[in-house]
Amino acid sequence: MLSFIIRRLLVTVPMVLVVVSLTWGLIRLAPGNFYTGEKKLPAAVEKNIRAKYCLDCPWYQQYGRVMKSILTLDFGHSLRYENETINEILMRTLPVSALLGLLAYLLALAVGVTFGTLAALKPNSKLDYASMAVAMLGISLPNFVLGPLLVLVFSLSLYWLPPARWAGFPSWNLVLPVITLSAVYMAYIARLTRSGMLEVLRSDYIRTARAKGLTEKEVVVRHALRGGLLPVVSFTGPALAFLITGTVVVERIFAMPGLGNYFINANLNRDEPLIIGIVAFISIAVLIFNLLVDIAYGFIDPRIRY
Amino acid sequence: MSEDRTPQVPTEEGRSQTPRDARGPALTTRGTPPGPPIRRREGDEIHPFPEMAVGEGDVRTAGESPEVMPGSSLWRDAWKRLLRNKLAVFGMVVVCFIIVAVIIGPPIIKALTGYEYDTIPNDPALTNSFPPLTAPDGKSFSWTHPLGTDSAGRDMLARILQGGRISLMVGIIATFVSILIGVTYGATAGYLGGKVDDVMMRIVDVLYAIPYMMIVIVLLAFFGGRSPLQQIFLLFAALGAVSWLTMARIVRGQVMSLKNQEFVMAARAGGVSTPKIIFRHLVPNALGPVIVYATLTIPSVMLQEAFLSFLGLGVQAPYASWGSLAQEGIQNIAVFPWQLVFPGVTMALTLFSLNFLGDGLRDALDPQMRKF
Repeated sequence: MLSFIIRRLLVTVPMVLVVVSLTWGLIRLAPGNFYTGEKKLPAAVEKNIRAKYCLDCPWYQQYGRVMKSILTLDFGHSLRYENETINEILMRTLPVSALLGLLAYLLALAVGVTFGTLAALKPNSKLDYASMAVAMLGISLPNFVLGPLLVLVFSLSLYWLPPARWAGFPSWNLVLPVITLSAVYMAYIARLTRSGMLEVLRSDYIRTARAKGLTEKEVVVRHALRGGLLPVVSFTGPALAFLITGTVVVERIFAMPGLGNYFINANLNRDEPLIIGIVAFISIAVLIFNLLVDIAYGFIDPRIRY
Repeated sequence: MSEDRTPQVPTEEGRSQTPRDARGPALTTRGTPPGPPIRRREGDEIHPFPEMAVGEGDVRTAGESPEVMPGSSLWRDAWKRLLRNKLAVFGMVVVCFIIVAVIIGPPIIKALTGYEYDTIPNDPALTNSFPPLTAPDGKSFSWTHPLGTDSAGRDMLARILQGGRISLMVGIIATFVSILIGVTYGATAGYLGGKVDDVMMRIVDVLYAIPYMMIVIVLLAFFGGRSPLQQIFLLFAALGAVSWLTMARIVRGQVMSLKNQEFVMAARAGGVSTPKIIFRHLVPNALGPVIVYATLTIPSVMLQEAFLSFLGLGVQAPYASWGSLAQEGIQNIAVFPWQLVFPGVTMALTLFSLNFLGDGLRDALDPQMRKF
């Protein structure tokens, strides 16, 4: 187990470096940069800036600077935002995105597992068909369509919920973004739970559990769910990567000051240090999270040995 | 799969209709006619066990496409099973309808009303967003704009159809790119096996964990924008390049289960080169799952394209895609909701149908692959 974790960590560090190098390389290869925008800087100012950010250095020195910033986890200053370092921006925006993501995933788990299990208990029933059709709709309806539609109905027509803006936690402002973000995961989790449970419910140990006289509830909750939820657990890894793209959209629709919004703006502004900072940060987060999922998997499913 | 220990290959009647015979001379180690053992099957009977349908003996052989093989009942069986699945048939009908509408719609609209997707009316009174089915006076009924107009007075229906062309094209071409990469990669890894396979699949595992959408965003933001057409080609390449991972895994699994069968051994004994074995003998036999997964890749790629276009990084004016139309619509959602609703619903309906079709195809072609 320990050797597994160490081995995985040893893979993780170079992976972060690869992702960041790739990003850096793309940025470097692209024509133009932050300073070739609409506004022309005075020559002397541009020269100073170039000297400060080492823009005329050979590529390996620049690359070295980037790598150093990652290894020391100090990403320096953004080119666009004045009074904050990138680390401060990350620390300010991360809680927003993380909260949105976490709430959405919890909601998705609760709803998805419930309906997936119910559907699996009565396959080919009306409930099964209905929940699977709704799940398919959830997968097919892009969140940037779903979000505005929810706003249109619940905020602009019924005036029940605020349409946008961040207002701390807890607040009614979170309801629509969280629902929008969780729709896809709900759908995936419901489908995964259904197929996982269908398989498990046919297995011998469930028959044993029934045979020894457990109630249906005990059979399902204590025995079947543990095996039936394994696909959901392994979906958590990829889900995190999805969640990042999802939050980008949701933060944009609902004007949330989260990481994703800054990432898109940084790209549109060609704010190289901020892009590198966010990419490095998110890659680290995703990889650590994946590692945690793999470890958790071993605990839930004792058949897995590392 | 357990090996058939009897030295005799089943008699000819079991597979007299298979195109295997048409493939020409190939020898197994014993010099018997080629072909893996096939359990006997009666007419069009559906396979009692799904694993008999794909991945074992009775799949198509190398070098033939589905059309030229009337004798193969795998595809006929699959077709029948597909037709029995109502949701899949619904999906197929809707997808066909949308493809036809997208192809013939714009010229018809141009002929009837004179509007193209980028026609901005000359009259300033007409450059306004009109609700569906209203004439420009805002009250009376008119068929001119069945889905209304956008803020510049352009016909929504024409724009949605034109957007559909781009969206579907991105979906299909990017999926094609992902098939090319995924099949080549997966089949190579699966066939070579051993250390090569370990390394190649480890790379796939690693790539799975990368939040690649971030890299795509950087790529599009920094390299795009030179010309709208270039941006679309960049989308094809970028989305194709990141969606081949699952395809590679599926093909690898198929190839691994096929590579120890006699027909591969025969090819090897006959001195066929490794690349030729992979692409002429193994890949065609793994085609069922590839088709299924490709059908499911198209909607997911379309969704990603829409997501990127929504962020302003994908398809750019004068071209439109469903994603960029939705993005335009969101700006005016409070006043002109139809600008979002129609492209959004069209897109959702298309993805919905494609997903159902993909699911149905999977159940028909490869019931073993049920997941998600």
